[in-house]
Amino acid sequence: MLPRFWRKIKYRYRLVGSYCENCGEYYHPPRNLCPKCRRKGSIKEVPLGSEGTILSYTVVHDAPDDFKLQKPYVVGLVKLDCGAVVTAQICCKPEEVEIGKRVRAVFRKYSEEGEDGIIYYGTKFELI
Amino acid sequence: MVGIVSYGTYIPAYRIKAEEIARIWGENAESIKSGLGVYEKAVADIDEDTATISVEASREALKRCGIPSEEIKAVFVGSESHPYAVKPTATIVAEAIGANRFCYAADLEFACKAGTAGMQICVAMVKAGMIKYGLAVGADTSQSSPGDALEYSAASGGAAFIIGENETIAEVKDTLSFTTDTPDFWRREGMPYPSHGGRFTGEPAYFRHVYTAAKEIMKRNNLSPEDFSYAVFHMPNGKFPTRVARMLGFSSEQIEQGLVVRRIGNTYSGSSLLGFSAVLDVAKPGERILLTSFGSGAGSDAFIFEVTENIESYPREPKVWEKIERARYIDYGLYAKLRKKIRMV
Ligand SMILES: [Zn+2]
Repeated sequence: MLPRFWRKIKYRYRLVGSYCENCGEYYHPPRNLCPKCRRKGSIKEVPLGSEGTILSYTVVHDAPDDFKLQKPYVVGLVKLDCGAVVTAQICCKPEEVEIGKRVRAVFRKYSEEGEDGIIYYGTKFELI
Repeated sequence: MVGIVSYGTYIPAYRIKAEEIARIWGENAESIKSGLGVYEKAVADIDEDTATISVEASREALKRCGIPSEEIKAVFVGSESHPYAVKPTATIVAEAIGANRFCYAADLEFACKAGTAGMQICVAMVKAGMIKYGLAVGADTSQSSPGDALEYSAASGGAAFIIGENETIAEVKDTLSFTTDTPDFWRREGMPYPSHGGRFTGEPAYFRHVYTAAKEIMKRNNLSPEDFSYAVFHMPNGKFPTRVARMLGFSSEQIEQGLVVRRIGNTYSGSSLLGFSAVLDVAKPGERILLTSFGSGAGSDAFIFEVTENIESYPREPKVWEKIERARYIDYGLYAKLRKKIRMV
């Protein structure tokens, strides 16, 4: 878990993704190849902006041990204003979430590996 | 001249009222509120800590001034509740804001004045020409043992300041520190909650240090309380800053705008800095501000700021007092769970 998390820290901490200069699409997580243009595409790493709209969501009631204190919590698909779609936790009560609501990226704690382990941080969204 | 280029703040949305804490411990809420001068306090959510508060405040500061994040070449985070005992918060903040990789960085600890200590270091580094812009953060998610009087005030929040020489909104006219070895408040390694010297926290600690630092900086600049539009003092509760202001000759009008403690509690390293941010929110060009922090152990950092013309075009929304209004009240049960006062086995 630790090396894998560390390699992706930049993309978890900040909304950085890929932009294809050929077709103008944005992607998150970042890609090496544009799925639309393939070899014709030209991929560049860019900040994706911090606001978007909820496309879909689910409420998690049966949480793994690391997330027990947070349940029930909301996980959603957020369409950023640039067009990239990100899966992340939405910091609100289950009764407050709605498809189409505007959200903003925030920096929060994901989980901890027990009391003596690493603390994982990353991007979540809050309702605007 | 060196000064503040930008600032940002973060106050968690959760609040607990003094009435709710008093209900659990069988105490009289009215006498606590009038004795302490704290009516409610800000509580960090389960996924908020000093690192997340620092990042959010720093991002707001960056967004408001529009400086590219790679131009930040120093990051200092002052706190007494760093998430790790060993592993700096400053590295998390630097990564999350996208600071330059060639960046001076360290965590600072000096009870409630570690944030202002970071500001002094940034001021010195900018003056020395080592950096163009530095980031100093004061943030805490302070703990208190259940049932202790501190439980009414120990709160969460923070503020971040970008220090530089260009386009400053407030110039640092002078700064000094007054430091002595005074054991008024402490926490030994590995202990979850701090201990304090009870009445000892007042006269020889808070009042002596804040008063001496504020008096000296005014004296050596030939200024007196009438020369300031605002004064902000560290706010362990609502009573101490009000009393020290009176001792120094400041009026209640001069301190009212920065007195955020009544509504959010003592945010430790964030306390005087959130009060100062609330003042910057409304300050006008030419106004002079006195800021004096206090850290147990003990010491005070004093600053004289002069607000510049740049503040008129600087975006200050949302203001600290607006963030204070965005409150979600919780009961003691949820509070105990969030602050991990319930031991999980
Ligand atoms: Zn493409």
